[in-house]
Amino acid sequence: MKRVLKEFTTGNALLSVLAVLASFIVGGILIAISSPEVQTTVTYIGARPADFFQALWNSVFGAYDAMFRGAVFNYKAHDGVQMIKPITETLAYATPITMAGLGLAVAFRSGLFNIGGTGQIIFGAMFAGWVAIYVDLPFYLHFPMAVLAGVIGGGLFGALVGFLKATTGANEVIVTIMFNYIAVLLLSYLLKTPVLQAPGSINPVSLPVHDSAKYWFFMGDQFRVHGGLIAMLIAVVFTWWLLNRSTLGFRFRALGHNPNAAKVAGINIGLTYVLVMGISGALAGLAGTSQVLGTEKFLTLGVAASFGFDAITVALLGRSNPWGVLVAGILFGGLRAGAVTMQANQNVPIDIVLVVQSMIVLFIAAPPLVRAIFRLKESKREVTA
Amino acid sequence: MKQSKRTPIAVFILTLVGLWLFVSAPSGVTEIKISTDTDIFALPNFNLDIAFVSGLAFAAQVVAFLGSVYFVVIRNHKTPRWVVILFAVALVFEILVGLFAGKTMTFTSLLQGSLALAVPLIFGSLAGVLSERVGVVNIAIEGQLLAGAFVSALVASLSDNLFAGLLGAIIAGALVAWVLAVFAIKYVVDQIIVGVVLNVLVVGLTNFIFSTLMVSNLPFFNQPPRFDKILIPLLGQIPVLGPVLFNQTLIVYLMYVVVAAVYIALFKTRWGLRVRAVGEYPKAADTVGINVFRTRYVSVIIGGALAGLGGSFFTLGQVGAFGKEMTNGAGYIALAALIFGRWNPIYAAFAALLFGFAENLQYGLAIIGSSVPSEFLLMLPYALTVVAVAGLVGKVTGPAASGKAYIKS
Repeated sequence: MKRVLKEFTTGNALLSVLAVLASFIVGGILIAISSPEVQTTVTYIGARPADFFQALWNSVFGAYDAMFRGAVFNYKAHDGVQMIKPITETLAYATPITMAGLGLAVAFRSGLFNIGGTGQIIFGAMFAGWVAIYVDLPFYLHFPMAVLAGVIGGGLFGALVGFLKATTGANEVIVTIMFNYIAVLLLSYLLKTPVLQAPGSINPVSLPVHDSAKYWFFMGDQFRVHGGLIAMLIAVVFTWWLLNRSTLGFRFRALGHNPNAAKVAGINIGLTYVLVMGISGALAGLAGTSQVLGTEKFLTLGVAASFGFDAITVALLGRSNPWGVLVAGILFGGLRAGAVTMQANQNVPIDIVLVVQSMIVLFIAAPPLVRAIFRLKESKREVTA
Repeated sequence: MKQSKRTPIAVFILTLVGLWLFVSAPSGVTEIKISTDTDIFALPNFNLDIAFVSGLAFAAQVVAFLGSVYFVVIRNHKTPRWVVILFAVALVFEILVGLFAGKTMTFTSLLQGSLALAVPLIFGSLAGVLSERVGVVNIAIEGQLLAGAFVSALVASLSDNLFAGLLGAIIAGALVAWVLAVFAIKYVVDQIIVGVVLNVLVVGLTNFIFSTLMVSNLPFFNQPPRFDKILIPLLGQIPVLGPVLFNQTLIVYLMYVVVAAVYIALFKTRWGLRVRAVGEYPKAADTVGINVFRTRYVSVIIGGALAGLGGSFFTLGQVGAFGKEMTNGAGYIALAALIFGRWNPIYAAFAALLFGFAENLQYGLAIIGSSVPSEFLLMLPYALTVVAVAGLVGKVTGPAASGKAYIKS
């Protein structure tokens, strides 16, 4: 945890906080402009400016207040369950985002750009879902088997990218983008055929997964947060250990710093590509298991949601540091959870999250821009994404 | 140097597919309908015996395979492009005849639909060509298309003027490209990150404005006029080509001009030489006095403007009103087309046509009630692109400095 503290007290962490702040300001401006009250009051701003500022405050504060109530703590609720439900929702969203984000962090640190989070999540979900639906085992075997299947599914799909890069030099960015679409279409096809589609259903959905393969809902059934959260924490520690303490991780980072030097030092570059992408995909596959064996409980076309993209932003915001990814994952989980409430209560479309999220990444990626906005001085220790 | 055996191996594997299609070919005929009502002279429909055509196509594939082996193994030479083309045509023809077994394939309407789907892809791939040739990876094509579609619908609705809509689309696409350029060139941010993020930003913004503003008054904000089709006399009456190429909207005619213009600009002008120099080796370009930064800005922004124009085809050229995320991944297929077309505007346009054809085939098959799952046809562009970047059909190399920021020292 010392590392986290250190990250946050240095200039870079300050920039991250300011980037998030700036993005919320941009979001606030959009919310204000789109508010009908603000639009009405601005027409007579000269006569009654107070009305305008009142409307402005109401729209922006109302929206962000709703977001807080949806993501952290609902102080307006009448019972304890409803009060703490928001934070559990945040954690439920944060689980797959963080897992997939860790996968991307492993790839980034090794100098590889894995945009294939979506595809790898889908493969993980398909493998895990198939085992969880069609295999009958006692729970102490079934659950680990299903999770393992998901991790292997995502890992193989990722490793294939590494294999193609190692043997043919194919650019991993292009291949992963294309693989995302292939995975989506494959899932769409399989959900229409008896391989995965629920018998008798006309919709593209599978049967529900067996109870014996589900994650442990440790807070009871009224909460969506589940044992995936524990798996996520294990994954954070594992990734930290892998990258910072293991020989393999040293090879990964050497590859990321300078592939030529790594080669000269005797590292098998091709094999390392396969391993990096395999582990990266396996972590995304784990995110898929969290979806299908936990949150969703069956396979649908939307199983990967936008987590593949969220993972990219989370890995960037967390600067590819596992603990940073965890913090960023919880932040974005909160954004997602809060936006649902914001849409329901304040009529602010959920798409505002996309805007805020992408602004955060743009600001993070360009520290000079954030410094210009907040008129900060240039710092010497600068790390760009 | 020994020649890589990848091409013969890939051809061999695909020939096995051809063999399987030939062996499992159903008996019967496929009727091919070519003429439309507007043609000057009518060509008769003809029937093809499926088994016969499959056999012929399979034989051609075997010849192509042997040719490829001959060139690579015996002559130690690259597989000539015509061998690959012969092979591809034979395989595609075999697949098509098999797919439409016992049914009528209305060739012309199949092509018409393909072109319609390909128009935004072609504009998008040109944006990618202009951007990547100057050394900036453009993943943001999707965002540029979507921004163009959105702004053109909005502006054309408000002004009730199609040309204002087109102008709006161009500016919107250029604006997205400008942001890409600023982050990639000025702030030296990883170009892929900026591209991916911009796509999401545009989705977020357009969805947000659509849900808050447009939905409040659809007739006022989102009911643009549409371009009418213009039939070009004589040319438009040629069988097949006429209805496909010369009975189109203004945007499509603009597209023909733009493809040619981009090709000429890149390969036949001084400006194009500079663009390519900057994209291959910016330091050398800088040394001889080319302004690397300005060249990059200009080329990227022109590209974005073209993609914006292409985006307007979704609205003003086709359905009219804007819909949430209506580009639906076209930008990524355009990216695929540009790679498949090897960063060449004309090849990229043809690749985009091919991808449009694959996408349109599913509609053609749906009409005749074929059981072939549409997903596999939709996968084709992506799978072909993976095959292309993996170098299975010859080596694909992009501009050397593409994706690398230039830092003046």
